Amino acid sequence: MPDPHPLAGTPRRSRDQVADLHFMDARYKLLDLAAFLDRLERATGADDHRVRGLRQALPILLEGGDDRVAKILHLWSDPSLTPIEKADTKSASGVWPGLK
Amino acid sequence: MRYIEPHGHMVSRTTDDYQAMALAGCAAICEPAFWAGFDRKSADGFHDYFCQLTQHEPKRAAKYGLPHYCWLCINPKESEDMALAADVLALIPQFIGAPTVLGIGEIGLNKNTRNEMKILEQHIELAVKHDQLILVHTPHLEDKRKGTRLITDVLKAHPGVRPERVIIDHVEEHTIAGVLDQGFWAGITLYPESKATPVRAVDMLENFASQRVWLNSACDWGHSDPIAVPKAAAEMRRRGHAAAAIDSLVYGNPVRFLSQSKNFQDPQALR
Repeated sequence: MPDPHPLAGTPRRSRDQVADLHFMDARYKLLDLAAFLDRLERATGADDHRVRGLRQALPILLEGGDDRVAKILHLWSDPSLTPIEKADTKSASGVWPGLK
Repeated sequence: MRYIEPHGHMVSRTTDDYQAMALAGCAAICEPAFWAGFDRKSADGFHDYFCQLTQHEPKRAAKYGLPHYCWLCINPKESEDMALAADVLALIPQFIGAPTVLGIGEIGLNKNTRNEMKILEQHIELAVKHDQLILVHTPHLEDKRKGTRLITDVLKAHPGVRPERVIIDHVEEHTIAGVLDQGFWAGITLYPESKATPVRAVDMLENFASQRVWLNSACDWGHSDPIAVPKAAAEMRRRGHAAAAIDSLVYGNPVRFLSQSKNFQDPQALR
């Protein structure tokens, strides 16, 4: 990385130290995600592209490496590189609608 | 602690927010021109908005001891209307000479359309012609990766653009490295939901921290937090980072970028 800042470089931390700082935060977020999936199960109709994208991202959580966030963001991104002719909305949905 | 809020849409915030920011250590606020949440119908609306940014808002901020600066543009969300955009672009030169204007921003793309691209190119041309800094908004969510690539390609192709005078804002884990590797500055925006949380931002900083990164809250009329930057600083402290490194990131880095504008004054030098 060019022009490194003094903050760069993760200080040596044990996994226990990381868990002490962030486990409860991750715990409640995982339970919230589980509750969301349960809520979907109790609802009617098919998954839309956002939920399909979310389900496709879940296996990435169990992969190795320290770049899961980037992998998920890439998965959900529009892969094209050409400007579109005209937009039919101003907003984004969170997952590229073309994701299969 | 002290920090700079380099990106806050204060016209949408209350005086309580100014007070909270001042109490949290904010030393200066910079406000890019933004979408109002609805499409303005004429350039007259932008004339009034630019007056608000350059004349009224600095007075409101001063009541809390905060220097207030601004950036001018028509936001990409309103760039689809080419006639309106042309009228607004024609207005900007009469405001560029105001003493608190830092540059052209936040320009960029929203849905990555051809019209948005044309207006982006015209904004870049305007900035180069008037020797202004550039602040770039990158698109939201699934449109960010493509939009960031389109924007950086356009900027790199312009011979008058110096990357060290451009900040590409709202980077996330999948775009930050590409922005920094091309010589631009990168802004990490702290949002409760749709951009980076303070915890993710500090992760990014530990992996990518550069002398060319800043943090901002981009607080506006939506779900956002005007004291997100000091909350990220608190996260750095609890992870054990040195006070001097934190200060260098939340104060020193924005001061170094913004000082490239003759209008910006280091708040420390004003005390």
